[in-house]
Amino acid sequence: MADRILKSINTRGLKNAVRGSEYKKEALISYGILIGGYILLQLGAMTGLIGRNLQGQFVPICVYVSLAISLNLVVGISGELSLGHAGFMAVGAFTGAVVVRVLENGIGFAPLRLLIALLISAAMAALAGLIIGLPILGLRGDYLAIVTLAFGEIIKNFMNVIYFALDENGHLKFAFNHEIEGISNAGRVLTGPIGATGVTKIATFTYAAILTAFTLFVVLNIKNSKQGRAIMAIRDNRIAGESIGLNVKKYKLMAFVVSASLAGMAGCMFGQNFSTLAPAKFNFNTSVLILVFVVLGGIGNIWGGMIAAALLTILPEALRQFSDYRMLAYSIVLIGVMIATYNPTIKSRISAFWNKVNPFKNKDKDKGKKPKKTGKEAA
Amino acid sequence: MNLLNSLISGLSLGSVYAIIALGYTMVYGISKMLNFAHGDVIMVGGYISFIMSMYVGMNGWLALLVAMGACTVLGIVIERLAYRPLRGTGSLAVLITAIGVSYFLQNMALLIWGANPRVFPSILKGKGPYRFAGGELIISAESILTIVAIVVIMVVLTMFVNKTKAGKAMRAVSEDNGAAQLMGINVNQSISLTFAIGSALAAVAGVLMCSAYPVLMPTTGAMPGIKAFTAAVFGGIGSIPGAMIGGLILGVIEIFAKSYISTELSDAIVFACLIIVLLVRPTGLLGKKISEKV
Amino acid sequence: MKKTFTKFAAVAMACMMVFAMTACGGGSSDSGSSEGGDNVLKLGGIGPTTGPAALYGNAVKNGAQLAVDEINAANPDGLQLSWDMQDDEHDPEKSVNAYNKLVDDGMQILIGSVTSTPGAAVAAEADANRTFALTPSASAPDVTEGHDNVFQLCFSDPNQGIASAQYVKENFKDAKVGVIYNNSDNYSSGIFNKFKAEYGGDIEETTFTTDSATNFDAQLTTLKNANVDLVFLPIYYTEASLILDAAKKMDYAPKFFGCDGMDGILDIEGFDTSLAEGLMLLTPYTPYSEDEKSKAFTEAYQAAYNETPIQFAADAYDCVYTIYDAFGKTGLDASASMDEICEAMIGVFTGDFTASGVTAETMKWNANGEVEKTPKVCEIKDGKYVEK
Repeated sequence: MADRILKSINTRGLKNAVRGSEYKKEALISYGILIGGYILLQLGAMTGLIGRNLQGQFVPICVYVSLAISLNLVVGISGELSLGHAGFMAVGAFTGAVVVRVLENGIGFAPLRLLIALLISAAMAALAGLIIGLPILGLRGDYLAIVTLAFGEIIKNFMNVIYFALDENGHLKFAFNHEIEGISNAGRVLTGPIGATGVTKIATFTYAAILTAFTLFVVLNIKNSKQGRAIMAIRDNRIAGESIGLNVKKYKLMAFVVSASLAGMAGCMFGQNFSTLAPAKFNFNTSVLILVFVVLGGIGNIWGGMIAAALLTILPEALRQFSDYRMLAYSIVLIGVMIATYNPTIKSRISAFWNKVNPFKNKDKDKGKKPKKTGKEAA
Repeated sequence: MNLLNSLISGLSLGSVYAIIALGYTMVYGISKMLNFAHGDVIMVGGYISFIMSMYVGMNGWLALLVAMGACTVLGIVIERLAYRPLRGTGSLAVLITAIGVSYFLQNMALLIWGANPRVFPSILKGKGPYRFAGGELIISAESILTIVAIVVIMVVLTMFVNKTKAGKAMRAVSEDNGAAQLMGINVNQSISLTFAIGSALAAVAGVLMCSAYPVLMPTTGAMPGIKAFTAAVFGGIGSIPGAMIGGLILGVIEIFAKSYISTELSDAIVFACLIIVLLVRPTGLLGKKISEKV
Repeated sequence: MKKTFTKFAAVAMACMMVFAMTACGGGSSDSGSSEGGDNVLKLGGIGPTTGPAALYGNAVKNGAQLAVDEINAANPDGLQLSWDMQDDEHDPEKSVNAYNKLVDDGMQILIGSVTSTPGAAVAAEADANRTFALTPSASAPDVTEGHDNVFQLCFSDPNQGIASAQYVKENFKDAKVGVIYNNSDNYSSGIFNKFKAEYGGDIEETTFTTDSATNFDAQLTTLKNANVDLVFLPIYYTEASLILDAAKKMDYAPKFFGCDGMDGILDIEGFDTSLAEGLMLLTPYTPYSEDEKSKAFTEAYQAAYNETPIQFAADAYDCVYTIYDAFGKTGLDASASMDEICEAMIGVFTGDFTASGVTAETMKWNANGEVEKTPKVCEIKDGKYVEK
């Protein structure tokens, strides 16, 4: 019953999701970007066209793309503002660091170790998502945002007082708020504020790209599932959703927990790409950065977020030629792009321009016509 | 007596949070946006006041006035250039732009004033600390000033918003933007005025904060900004008395957590209290209940 | 409407992509042409020149630049140095990016990273890629441990902690010791943990985190109530200035004892130096040393940058001279590749090479990459450092 009514609700998001072709188009573009990007970058690296600087960012790019996709599930599809995504990333990253170290002696095959670490990280982050999501998802809008922010800060604060180490027998030891005695430097796994040290990097571009593909698969499928439609219906009109018997809390929680566990996996991959990992990395700024990807790419637009994540990860590096003015230039580009993509006047100007230069405009006749008119008016 | 000492330093810290939170709350009330650049306007206010008193040789109070003027202009310019083009496009887009502005201000400050920290000359230099109860209770002059300042500012602001024409217009805009416009209220002007007042308060907050905790760096405003934002939500964002109460409570919790529980986990405790408050009162202590229209 | 919007996003993104790509391309192409140029040895540096730790990165940038300019001017026909400092925002991820960028641009020797956590990440990369690295200031053991190619010019954190504990034990036998350290900082907690182990006795511990480093009333009250009369401050001078100010406001005047991060406190613009009266610190360098070299450096630095150098600048200055001297001993010329230089430099540093500089009369390195030099204990009297 609920399903049938759901389909009849005429909202923008639903229309897009329900129409199979729209879904297919989105999936096609998203996977296309991922596979195309992977092949392009891999080729560039092999032929030596891409330098070390960009090559070194391959894994982080994949991780940030994954994070943007997973956050889109909460911000875009579920319509809740989350400012603590880096917290889940931290849970995954540090869980992963411990698991990989513990398994180091038992399992020699690195990809298997990574896979186990990813799964446990996902479980831990999902647990964190459940603990935080269960009580708070009744909150609205900005209040939910501030609670997620608070949660992110709490996680970071806790990571500062957690100590893990392996003694000479390979047993894992834990201490709260003080160094574990009698441990050599090499045996340290997590050392409070210093974080994970001595990580043997096992993340590669291919593994990271596979993780991104997995994240994409999960999120796109949710978006196109019965549950996904329910989530979007609640986003667009909570009361209407409730009135047809949708369990609002259940669906919101589902989106939140899945998003958290995917962020945990991305965090785990991130942690395995650097030989050291400090809790300070997972601060408010990182949460905001991921949110910037989502907003810049178009809220709810999966592939837009992917492109934004990749470009904004490269951008600060590309701006290195500005030396001292680098971060200033970054902030100006950020403000400029936000205004250019969201301001109604500028948007219609760009639209007019786009339709003049768009070589594909004849393919989609009625869509090509409308903005053209505005183009003439503007001119 | 220790309890009292802690309470006073908590209130002093809380007053600083409260003044910053007032800026957040006013801007949120009228334009429903989280102005994350507010903390950095505080830093700019601190620097301008520093330069006026150290290089130009102004009296501390005069320097405060100059800083207020400069921040007012800065606030209006930011609103005009970065936020107004995005009005009506959803709060998320403006939120991200505000973060961009925050980066911009921090990096601009870094380029202009350099990375080296400065020690801010207290506006009450040479006064205090005052001793009570046979030297057991010690209160610094800055603590007294910040606590007095927040009470005065609160009273003046409440009167302004409730009694004056411009204040009433601001309230009308925050209640219903469209209806206010139909009633002949100049919405743009009202919003500009809010930013102006919020930024002038930021300058006051900057000077008071740096007088009490005298290190000034390009990133000085960032963390107090986030804490004050928390305080504003704690008290119910959009509510002026709420911002004051939220700020004071947050400051007291922070100092008590540090004194009696754990210095390592004080931040976690502060944020945990926030979560608990929001679970009990989902719109903060003094926030309005959101009623949904069907 | 939504659809059109995504198009614009795509356009904007495409523009940015073109921009980003050309920028990347530009970077890599000029690295090809200038590699191994006419007798120029390319030094690269990594450190935070923006963000909250920017003052350390900028000090290193300036200190090294001064040394490079001096060397180049002194011997225009001989070996010349070039210096390129890249920003890492005090973030390991950005630090690795900066390292890769420097390698792309043909760097031959690395001076960095400036801070410890990013330093550990870069050290692993530099090890795998065989770059010789001498860090001016990343003092955590994680930076050098397990990496034969990474050397420190500053004291390591454990050594500072041990030296401080020994000094306190000897000279303040009856003092009740307390500490305020930064629980979220590698440097601070690294020193404190070794201090605690070496000191052995009862210590009143209080901490803060970088995020809550504004109000120190609670920590000071705790110490005051415990009748602590010597407070150990293994922290940087920015926070220390706040602690000294807060202590004065609450009428608490114990003996304060700091480490090398405390150097610079007297030169914060606007700082009331009377607050630091009696402050003791363990440091390899002070800008007020009577030593000839130190004096010349301080004067040159003040002339060039119009500010008094902090220890980070002095360390970086020494780094450049040390590398210049050591490179002369390898017998290589500037056309040598990065890994050739790396192996040769390791040979020199682990041999009987000694360097002399602003921060120490003699510096010698052990195979772990740690420097051996003698720290000085100074006390601040009348706004000046007095050596003990």
